[in-house]
Formats: sequence, structure tokens, C-alpha cells
Amino acid sequence: MNGIAGVFRKEMIITFTSPIFYAACFIFLLVSGYFFYSNTAYFSLLSFQAAQNPFLAQSLNLADMVIKPFFGDLAVILLLMLPLLTMRLYAEEKKAGTIELLFTYPVSDASVLAGKFFATVVVLLLMLAGTLPFMIILESMADLPWGIVASGYLGVTLMGSGFIALGVFTSSLTENQIVAAVISFGAILLFWALGWAKALAGPGLGAVLEHLSIIGHLDTFTQGLIDTRDVVFYGLFILFWLFLTLRFLNSRFWRG
Amino acid sequence: MIHIQELTKYYGLKAAIRDISLDIERGKIVGLLGPNGAGKTTILRILTCYMQPTAGRVTVDGLDCRTQSLEVRKRIGFLPESVPLYTDLSVQAFLGFAGTIKGVGGGVLRRETDRVIEACGLRDHRKRLIKHLSKGLKQRVGLAQALIHDPPLLILDEPTTGLDPAQIIEVRNLIRELGGERTVLLSTHILPEVSQLCERVIILHNGRVRKEDTPANLARDIQHGLRTILSVDGPEDQVRRALAGLEGVTEVQPVEETPGEWVVQSGGDAALRTRMARLIVESGWGLREMRSSELSLEEVFLHLVTEESAGEGGDAS
Repeated sequence: MNGIAGVFRKEMIITFTSPIFYAACFIFLLVSGYFFYSNTAYFSLLSFQAAQNPFLAQSLNLADMVIKPFFGDLAVILLLMLPLLTMRLYAEEKKAGTIELLFTYPVSDASVLAGKFFATVVVLLLMLAGTLPFMIILESMADLPWGIVASGYLGVTLMGSGFIALGVFTSSLTENQIVAAVISFGAILLFWALGWAKALAGPGLGAVLEHLSIIGHLDTFTQGLIDTRDVVFYGLFILFWLFLTLRFLNSRFWRG
Repeated sequence: MIHIQELTKYYGLKAAIRDISLDIERGKIVGLLGPNGAGKTTILRILTCYMQPTAGRVTVDGLDCRTQSLEVRKRIGFLPESVPLYTDLSVQAFLGFAGTIKGVGGGVLRRETDRVIEACGLRDHRKRLIKHLSKGLKQRVGLAQALIHDPPLLILDEPTTGLDPAQIIEVRNLIRELGGERTVLLSTHILPEVSQLCERVIILHNGRVRKEDTPANLARDIQHGLRTILSVDGPEDQVRRALAGLEGVTEVQPVEETPGEWVVQSGGDAALRTRMARLIVESGWGLREMRSSELSLEEVFLHLVTEESAGEGGDAS
């Protein structure tokens, strides 16, 4: 526990003293703010037209037209931002040699990994918390379905944690931060696009690919549905990459 | 304290250390001495559980480095060779981190942080970011983080490399002070360092232990008999012949840079020096200087290393 707390604290201090965090946060809020604005503005434009067109009015729905796309947009921005936040976790320590301290302190690899992972998840939560004012603005103008908003945030948090777990793993592979970021970005993109091959693959393989697609599992959350299948998928996705990280760190003992 | 048994480590096909067996007693300052690439860092990294050996066993305080790694690490304060530090943290934050991770908590942590900051002379720098510190101060921070949990064993990998002469002296004094009751194991390729600091020296070369003893004994072992340096004002040929003719003198060598100086190697008879002096004076030459010369650790070291290379050459052919 001491180990996890110590590493967590250290990672937080380093995060908040590094410019990467502020740059990533700034861009994240700027771009998500723009997406939110354009979604909302388009929705209000349609609302005016619906005043003359009763058929259109029936299909107008805040949850489907603003909230659902907004969480999809958040996912895209996180895909771009999170590899930048995870790339330094191990690569920087390897480059600077501080990994030698970490590996000779009386703390298990698992505690160090947990500390690093949770610290980055907290950073993700802070970034997402930065988008909460958008929802509050929306609430002031319309009747917001808070349940859907909550499940949407839960889904994005789980998915983001999956990105982080993958990013931690790629960071443990190399001492070059750029390489770590590129690999994790590419890997996330592949998992994202895996479902697209569904139509080309046979029905059996197609179903497997669809279930592996990291973005497909977000859809139910943004519809206000918390499905255990999706929660379990993200949970396993996270554990899988964290497990691989531990195995890879352990390989230092038997590699030549 | 430390027990190393038939330790071998291969990097790929290259053996960094081969069949090393050592025992290090509690409370001593012990130096691992060897040229670069002799296997010093490898041994220290295995001791600190950073690496595992290809073969062999290491125990610290009776605890196995392989199976009880976390327990072993609790007993060790380690300063790696390159002095890696979290340069974005302040001295205080970094020591707090090191302390927390090492299981020093709450009020004790605050007290221990104060203690090591005081001991390492960092009082005026505790709020500064590590990246803004000079190399010597960084070295002190490195020592401070190694000491924060008051470990019985301190392992320092080349603690004075890259410092200027004044800083080297400071750090050496610091190590001597901090040593106290602790066992200190330090590696170095700087010979005077071991003779000044260590009570025991282990000389490594090509991954094997060449010799282990106290610095004084090492010098004595290799130096057979007495060495006398003479500065004589007189005709060179005659002086050389006369000195070589004395009973008990085994070798007379001129000192290259200073004409008129001679190194006389002789048996253990101290009275010989009286006879040498008398001979020179009675021959009518001037005796400007006469002093005994101890073999320096440099010479001992070179002697051992060259001895081995000669031995290896023999093996190959």
C-alpha cells in the first residue's frame, strides 16, 4: 500500500509540473468544447425548423443528437491525447535511469504499476470533469437526461482506462517516449477499427471482431445502458494490458 | 552480512562475472576495485536485486536475493552509478517519495527526512528542484535517498565519479561519517579512494576476484623486501656499480625523470640502509636524499592485472 501511495503521489507531482499535461488538457477542452458547441448549435437550428414541421419535431431528441455524439467525440479526442499522457510512465524512467531506483526500492512491480495506472486514471477523470460545465450549460436550457450523461461518463472513463492500460504497456517496452506513444496510438486505432472488418470476415469471425472493437462497447453506455458485457470487456481489456506489462517488466530477470 | 556464493552472470554469451564467492562482514567499509568492465556494477546490481544472476546464490543478512527480494531491498540503501534522480521533484518531495516507498511513514518520515537532509548537508536546498542542483549536490541527494530508511547496508556504485576534487573529498568524508555502524560496499576504479576509505579491498578483473585484503596488506604482499630511493651526487656508472655491489641489494634502477636518483630494491634488512649511506659518503659523493618508498596501490593493482594478463596469455597458447 505504501508503494502504491508513494508512486501515485510522485506521478501526480510530476504530471502537474510537466507541460504535457497542461497542453493535453487545454487542447482536450478546446476541441471537446468546439464539438459540443457545434452539436448543440445544430440541434437548436433543427429545433427552430421543427416549429414548422411537426414530423421533424417527433424525431428530435437531445440524448440522441447531442449527448451520444458528444461522448463519441470525447472518445476520439482521448484516443489522440491519452497516448501522450501514458508515454512517459516507464519510458522516461528507463531513459533517466530512475527505473534502477524503483526496481531496487522495497516495492513490488505490481504496486509501482498500480500507482502509475491509478495516477493516470485520476488525470483522465480530471480532464473529463473539465467537460462537466458543458452539461450544466445544457441543463440550464433543456431538460437533461442525467442518467444517460452519467452512464456516458462511466463508459468513456472505462474506455479511457483501457487506453491508459495499453499505453502503460507500450511505455514499458521502450525507453523512447515517442516510440511508446506511436505504438499505443496505433494499437488503440487498430482496436477501434477492428469492427469495420466485420462485413468482410465470415459471420463467426465477424462477430468476434465486432466484440473486440473498443468503440463498439461504448455505444450501449451512451444510450444510457450499463451492460455487464461491456463493463467486463473493458475490465478485461485493462487487466490484460496491465498483466502483460508486469510480465514484460519481469522479463528483465531472465533476458540476457 | 553479505554472502556471495559462486556467482556467475552472463550477458548473452559474454560472462560479466564468473564464479565469484565473497563474504562481507557487518560494519566494515569494503571497496570493490577494478577497471571499467571488471564486473563491479554487475555484482552490485545483483546484490540490490535489480538483476538476477545466471548461477549462484546471494544472501544479505541471511535472506536470499532471489526469493526474498523485497526483504533484502528493505535492508539496502543503494546509490546507482549514474545517480538517477527525479529531477522534476524538489529535494524534499523526492526524499518524501523515497521514504514512503521504503515504508517510512507519517511523523517518522518527517524526522528521518530532516535527519538525512542534515547529515548530507542539504539544509539550504530542501525546497529546490533537483534539476537545478549542481552535480555534487545531486550526489548528496542520491546519498540521502539511500539513507532515508536507515538501512544497515549501504551500496554505492562509483560514488565520486564526475565530481571535482573538492566535491570528491566532501563526498568521501560524508561516506566515512555516514558509514558509522553500517556496512558500506562501494565500487570504484579510483585507487586512492579505496586506500583512504576502505578497511577491505576486493580487486576484480575480467569478472573474477583477483585478491582481497586490507589496503596495507595488499601493498605489503606484493612488495618483497624494502625499496629505497636515493638521490646521489656522483658519477652515474660508479654509483650504480657500487650500490649493486652491496650485499643484500637485488636491483638498482635509475629514476627516469630525475638524473641522480636511484631506486634500490633490497632484502628485508634495514641495516642495509646504513651501509648504503656510509658507502656513498665514504666514496666522496654527495648524499642529497634517502627515503623509503612504499608500493602504491596503483602499482599493486597494475601488478595484479598484468600478472593475470600474462597468465591468460599462457593459457591461450
